Amino acid sequence: MFRLEPRPHPSTLALLASPLLAILLTLLAGMALFAALGFDPLKTLAAYFVAPIDSGDGLAELTVKATPLLLCAIGLALGFRANIWNIGAEGQLIMGAVAGSGVALFLRPENGAAWVLPAMFIAGALGGMAWASIPAVLKLRFNASEILTSLMLTYVADLFLRWLVNGPWRDPDGFNFPQSQMFEADAVIPPLIQGTRLGFGFLLAVVIALGGWFLLARTFVGFQIKVIGLTTAAAGYAGFNKSRITWMSLLLSGALAGIAGLNEVAGPIGQLTPSISPGYGFTAIIVAFLGRLHPFGILLASLLLALTYLGGETAQISLGLPVAVTSVFQGMLLFFLLACEVLVRYRLKLRRH
Amino acid sequence: MDETTAILVSMILAATPLLFAALGELVTEKSGVLNLGVEGMMLAGAVTGFAVAASGYSPLLAILAAALAGAAMSAIFALLTLLLLANQVATGLALTMFGIGLSALLGKPFVGIPLEKLPALPLPGLSQIPVLGPLLFQHDAMVYLAFALTLAVHLVLTRTRAGLVIRAVGENHDAAHALGYPVRLIRFGCILFGGALAGLGGAYLSLAYTPMWAQGLTAGRGWIALALVVFATWKPWRVLAGALLFGGFTMAQLHAQGLGIAVPPEFLAMLPYLATVVVLVAISRDATRIRLNAPACIGKLFHPDD
Repeated sequence: MFRLEPRPHPSTLALLASPLLAILLTLLAGMALFAALGFDPLKTLAAYFVAPIDSGDGLAELTVKATPLLLCAIGLALGFRANIWNIGAEGQLIMGAVAGSGVALFLRPENGAAWVLPAMFIAGALGGMAWASIPAVLKLRFNASEILTSLMLTYVADLFLRWLVNGPWRDPDGFNFPQSQMFEADAVIPPLIQGTRLGFGFLLAVVIALGGWFLLARTFVGFQIKVIGLTTAAAGYAGFNKSRITWMSLLLSGALAGIAGLNEVAGPIGQLTPSISPGYGFTAIIVAFLGRLHPFGILLASLLLALTYLGGETAQISLGLPVAVTSVFQGMLLFFLLACEVLVRYRLKLRRH
Repeated sequence: MDETTAILVSMILAATPLLFAALGELVTEKSGVLNLGVEGMMLAGAVTGFAVAASGYSPLLAILAAALAGAAMSAIFALLTLLLLANQVATGLALTMFGIGLSALLGKPFVGIPLEKLPALPLPGLSQIPVLGPLLFQHDAMVYLAFALTLAVHLVLTRTRAGLVIRAVGENHDAAHALGYPVRLIRFGCILFGGALAGLGGAYLSLAYTPMWAQGLTAGRGWIALALVVFATWKPWRVLAGALLFGGFTMAQLHAQGLGIAVPPEFLAMLPYLATVVVLVAISRDATRIRLNAPACIGKLFHPDD
């Protein structure tokens, strides 16, 4: 059979090719899945991955879905690089949306105050940051695993949001639907190009991705993050402050997830509802890995994962494909990605007997 | 049955799925592997068990199928982490996401179908004992199985050669390898055991606890089970105690709603999650204790040729 032989140096070719190989394998497995569900594989694949983006509107919609993924994944990737596993971006996204909505709903300026949207963005970032600061404190002060605490807090955030929209923040004229009032025009993010869904948020997310690249590649903090992730001991000997990096990466990823949440409620949705995210915070974990924890890779990966959401919706409408196929796709993609990653550090050798 | 007994019984029922899943994860972690995919494996077990039972097959077959489904899911994890040396944290997360999606997909035709609850199996003689009888011996077969497995896992890990080898592999895989133990094969077995038990935990939810299927039925119990293993400092009896404690939190939530306590239901529903955080903090703050009890090789990859 085969055996794995360690490479003396990680292979750059495999580093770049393994995500592509993983995507190819996912598509093949996806076709098998479609066939098993009784759909024509090729036609379904086309409906899933081509039809949603064969128009300008489709491409604009793609950026709408990619924005929260990109924002969350940039923050998560910084943490993952330093071995800090914030998997509660979904909860931080929710709390950012809640904080920003609070500003929109209660600080209503009469007629055209330019400061409303900036204040909402700041509130969104602070909301996400505050929620991420809890696992940070619990990890640094009490040694509790950030994986479990950040995830538990996601459930708490979701229940808190449900309480708000069912209780104190419910629109009194909303026919008892669990949602807030629609935001005033000043509190809604205008589209970049009038008449399309291409939002200001996507531009912001791309700028933040550039900032993430600069932080990682060109600053001392970025260097510290990378060293801590590779060898904690060496980082300790060099005198790097691990708790400061832990704080920073958790707060930053929380703030970015919070902005992602705010951008949803103030952008595509326009009000606070109980379902502001179809799991963007979790899918962002896949985006971060598919992008190889590199901001530019993450930018491409966010577009691809956005396409799986869009394709899921399109194929549900046009072919009646269950929408849960999207999460199956996403899970398979991460499996194949992790499997292909072995080729970066090892090469396959035929075992001779 | 008086009210106190009723509350205690419901505590035991709420603890059972957590007990299954946490015991399985405990064995996996004892062998040095951290599988964060418990939630996904539980969902796979829950949907498979329900589908088999709702299609008219016997409950026994449904339970077996659920265990198999959980084990099959864990086999994907084992393949990736043991043979292809993938990061255990990331692979576990992938398993959870995959399980959430796959169970929703497979379970779609079964949403809203009613199912008869797993029948109670009062143990002859024992169930007649006052107080203890109704409390402990009038449950369904899966509750007994969960308790029996607690004892079995404890005995195997502490009193048998197999348990010693599992612990050795988890404490120092290089030494175990040097002694000639097949590290990867042993870990593979422990991962499959963990998957099968997570599958059983899921099946308990969909066959007995709330006999129905709904998307995301487990509601984070897989993650609570992971926290329970840390809480229990990797000891089966403490897993039992922890599971009962969490069963208590779940019950407090339901009974407070019944008593008309003026707290919004959403806040009561937060209780088990907040309790998990609090309990985890309480146990983890003693870093030395965690370090002494945690399997030393947990989460580390092993490659025999390195």
